[in-house]
Amino acid sequence: MNLEILGISVLWTFLFGYILVGAIDFGAGFFNAYSLLTGKQRILTKVIQRYLSPVWEVTNVFLVFFFVGIIGFFPKTAFYYGTTLLVPVSFGIILLAIRGSYYAFETYGARGHKGYSFMYGLAGILIPASLSIVLTISEGGFIEIVDGNPVLDYWVLFTSPLTWSIVVLSIAATLYISAVFLTWYAHKAGDVEATNLLRKYALIWSLPTIITAGGIIFELRRHNFEHYNNIQTFWPMFLISFLLFAGTVWLLWKRHNYGWAFILLMGQFIFAFFGYGASHYPYLLYPYLTIYDSFTNPAMAISLIVAFILGLGLLIPSLVLLMRLFLFNKGYVRGKKDFHV
Amino acid sequence: MGNEEAVFYSRVLTELTLSFHIIYATIGVGVPLMIMIAQWVGIKKNDEHYILLARRWARGFIITVAVGVVTGTAIGLQLSLLWPNFMEFAGNVIALPLFMETFAFFFEAIFLGIYLYTWDRFENQKKHLLLLVPVAIGASFSAVFITMVNAFMNAPRGFDIVDGEIVNINPIIAMFNPAMPTKVAHVVITAYMTAAFVLAAIAAFRLLRGSDHVYHKKALYLTMKLGFVFSIATALIGDFSGKYLAEYQPEKLAAAEWHFETQENAPLILFGVLKDGEVKYAINIPFGLSMLAFNNPNAEVIGLDQFPEDEIPPLYIHYLFNIMVFIGMWMTILSALYWIGINRGWKRVSTKWFRWLIVLGAPLTMIAIESGWWLAEVGRQPWILRKIMRVEDAATTSGQVDLMLMLFAGLYIVLGIGSVVVLRRMFNKNPVERELEDRHKEQGGDVQ
Repeated sequence: MNLEILGISVLWTFLFGYILVGAIDFGAGFFNAYSLLTGKQRILTKVIQRYLSPVWEVTNVFLVFFFVGIIGFFPKTAFYYGTTLLVPVSFGIILLAIRGSYYAFETYGARGHKGYSFMYGLAGILIPASLSIVLTISEGGFIEIVDGNPVLDYWVLFTSPLTWSIVVLSIAATLYISAVFLTWYAHKAGDVEATNLLRKYALIWSLPTIITAGGIIFELRRHNFEHYNNIQTFWPMFLISFLLFAGTVWLLWKRHNYGWAFILLMGQFIFAFFGYGASHYPYLLYPYLTIYDSFTNPAMAISLIVAFILGLGLLIPSLVLLMRLFLFNKGYVRGKKDFHV
Repeated sequence: MGNEEAVFYSRVLTELTLSFHIIYATIGVGVPLMIMIAQWVGIKKNDEHYILLARRWARGFIITVAVGVVTGTAIGLQLSLLWPNFMEFAGNVIALPLFMETFAFFFEAIFLGIYLYTWDRFENQKKHLLLLVPVAIGASFSAVFITMVNAFMNAPRGFDIVDGEIVNINPIIAMFNPAMPTKVAHVVITAYMTAAFVLAAIAAFRLLRGSDHVYHKKALYLTMKLGFVFSIATALIGDFSGKYLAEYQPEKLAAAEWHFETQENAPLILFGVLKDGEVKYAINIPFGLSMLAFNNPNAEVIGLDQFPEDEIPPLYIHYLFNIMVFIGMWMTILSALYWIGINRGWKRVSTKWFRWLIVLGAPLTMIAIESGWWLAEVGRQPWILRKIMRVEDAATTSGQVDLMLMLFAGLYIVLGIGSVVVLRRMFNKNPVERELEDRHKEQGGDVQ
C-alpha cells in the first residue's frame, strides 16, 4: 500500500464515520420536528433527545477532520474544489450552523421550543442534500476549465438526473439509517411505543433508499462510463451490500433483534461506500484530479500520518469512554439517571 | 486580472466571519479554564457557591461553544472556498497544525459532552473536575495550533521556492516559525484575560441589578483577580511581540507606530491623527520605540522608508494598535484597584459607578480582541503569506462571493441574536437564589 492510498483510506473512513453518525443525528432531529408537527412528540422526543444530547459536537468534528485532512493530504483539491464549490458548500455551512446552534439553543436554553426544533430539524435534513452535491460534482462533467480556472456549470448540474438522484438518496438514506438506529435505541430504552413507530419509519424509508441507490449506478452508465465500468468490477461488494440490506429489512419486519438489524445496516453502508470509493479510484475529480497528481510532499505526508496515529491513541479511548457512559449505559439509556449540567 | 471584485468580497467575507467567530472562540478558549478554577476552589474550600458558579458558567458556555463550533467550521471551509490558491500552498507546508487542531477539537468535544452530563454522578467531585481538564487542554490547544498557522502567514519558514516549485519542505520548522511563540502566547493569554473580565462583568451586572447575594461577590472577586493576573501576563507578552516585530516584521511595527524614517533613539508615538502625511495631536515619548523594539534607547529602528510603497500596510492600523494597548492597560489598572480595594476595605470599589466600569470591561476587552486581530491581519497586507504570496493572488475566481457575503451576514445576525436571547432567557428564568434554594430542598436542607 502506498502513502496515497493510505491517506485517502483514512479520509474515506472518517467521511464514512461522519455520514453514519451525521445521518443518525440529522434524521433524529427531523423525526423530532416531525413528531411535534403531528402531535406525536409524547412518543418520540424523549428517546431522541436522550441519544442526541451528549454527542452532537462530536459529529461535527468528523466533518472538520475530513475537510482539513483532504487539504493536508491532497492540497490541489483546495484549488479545484475550493474554487468551484463556493455556493453549494456555503449553503451547507449555513445549514450546519443553523442546525448546530439551534439544537444547542433548544436543548440547553429553551427546552421544548417549537420554533427552534423545527429550525434545526429542517436544516439538518437539508445538510446531506447540500453536501452530497460534492460527490455528484466529483463524477465529472460539471466543471470546465476557463483561463486555467475551474468553473462550475450550474445549469448542467441542476438539470442532471444524477444530481437529483443523489440528493434523494442522501435524504432517504439519512432517514433510513436514523430510523433503524433509533428503533434499536428505543428498544433498549424499553420504550415499546417509540420502538414501533420508529420501526415503521425505518421500513418506509428502506424502499426509496435502495431504489435510488440502484438507480444511481444505472445513471452513471450514461454520465460517467468509465466509473460505471469500474463499479462492475467491484460487483461482489455491491451484492453483499444488497444482501445485508435485505437482512436488515427482514429483521425489522419480523421484529427480531434490532441490534443486529443496525449492525447489518452498518455493513450494508460500509460495503456500498467503500465499493463506491474503490471504483472511483484513482480519481478525486473526474477527469482532472487523481490521488497521485494531487498528493502532498512525502515530508508532510509522513508527519500527517504520525500525527494521525498519535491522535488516534488519544481519540479511541475517549470515544470508548463516551460510548460506555451514554450509548451502552443502561441506566442512562433508560432515562433513570440524569446528571445534566 | 479583472478579479478585483472577488478579491474584495473575499476579504470582506473573511473579515466578517473571523470578527464574529473570534468573540465565541475567545470565550471558548478562556471560559473552560475559569470553570475549572471555580470548581477547584469550590472543592478545596468546600464552598457550594463556587461549585454552582462552575455549573452555571458551564451552562452558559454550551451556548457560546455551539456558535463557536459552527462558525469555526465556517471559517475552516471558507479558507478553501475563498482562498483556494493560498490553501493549496498551505496544504503543502502548514497542514500539520491544522490537522492536529482537529484532534484537539475532537478531544475537547468528547470530554465536554461527558462533563456536561455527569454532574453529581460521581461521589468524589474531584473525579468530575478531572473530566474538565481535557476540555480546557483541548480548547487551549485548538487556539495554539490555529495560531501557529496564522504565525506562519506572518513568518513563512520551512520550505524553499525553486523555479516556482515548493521544495525542501519541513513541516516542523514551518510550525515553529519565529512568529509562533509570541503570537500563540498572546492569543491564549488574552483569551483567558477576556474570559475573566466578561465573567466579572456578568457578576457586577447582577449586583447592580439588585441582587446582593454573596455568590455574585465571590464570583466578582475571583474573576477580577484572575483578570488582573492574566492582564499582567498579557503586558509582558505584548512587549515580546514588539521585539519580535522589530526583528522579523519591521514594516508592521513601523506602520503601527507611524515610524516613517529609519533612525536611532526612535520615539514612540501615542494617539494622534494623520493629516496629509503629518502626525498631529500625538504624544511623543522620547526613546520609547527603541526601548520597545530592542530594550535599548539608542537602538536603530527600521522605518517605512526602507520598504517599497506597495509593500506597506495601511497606516490606520496605528489606531487599532492604540485601542488594543489602552484597553489592556485600562483593564489592568481597573482590576488592580479592585483587588487592592477589596483587601483594604475601600468602599469605593463596591460603589455603583465602579461596578458599571467593570460591566463596561466586557465590551471593551472584546473590542481589544477585535482590534488586535484586525491589526494582525491588516498589518500583514498586502501579503497573505509574507513576501511569498499576495492577497489578490490567493483569492477565488468565483463570481458569487458578494451573494455569499450577504447570506453569511444574515446567518451571523441570526446566530448573534439567537445566542443572546437564549442566554438571557436561561439565566433570567433560573436566578442563582432560586437554584440554591432548590438544591437545599433536594438535599433535605443540608449543605454539602
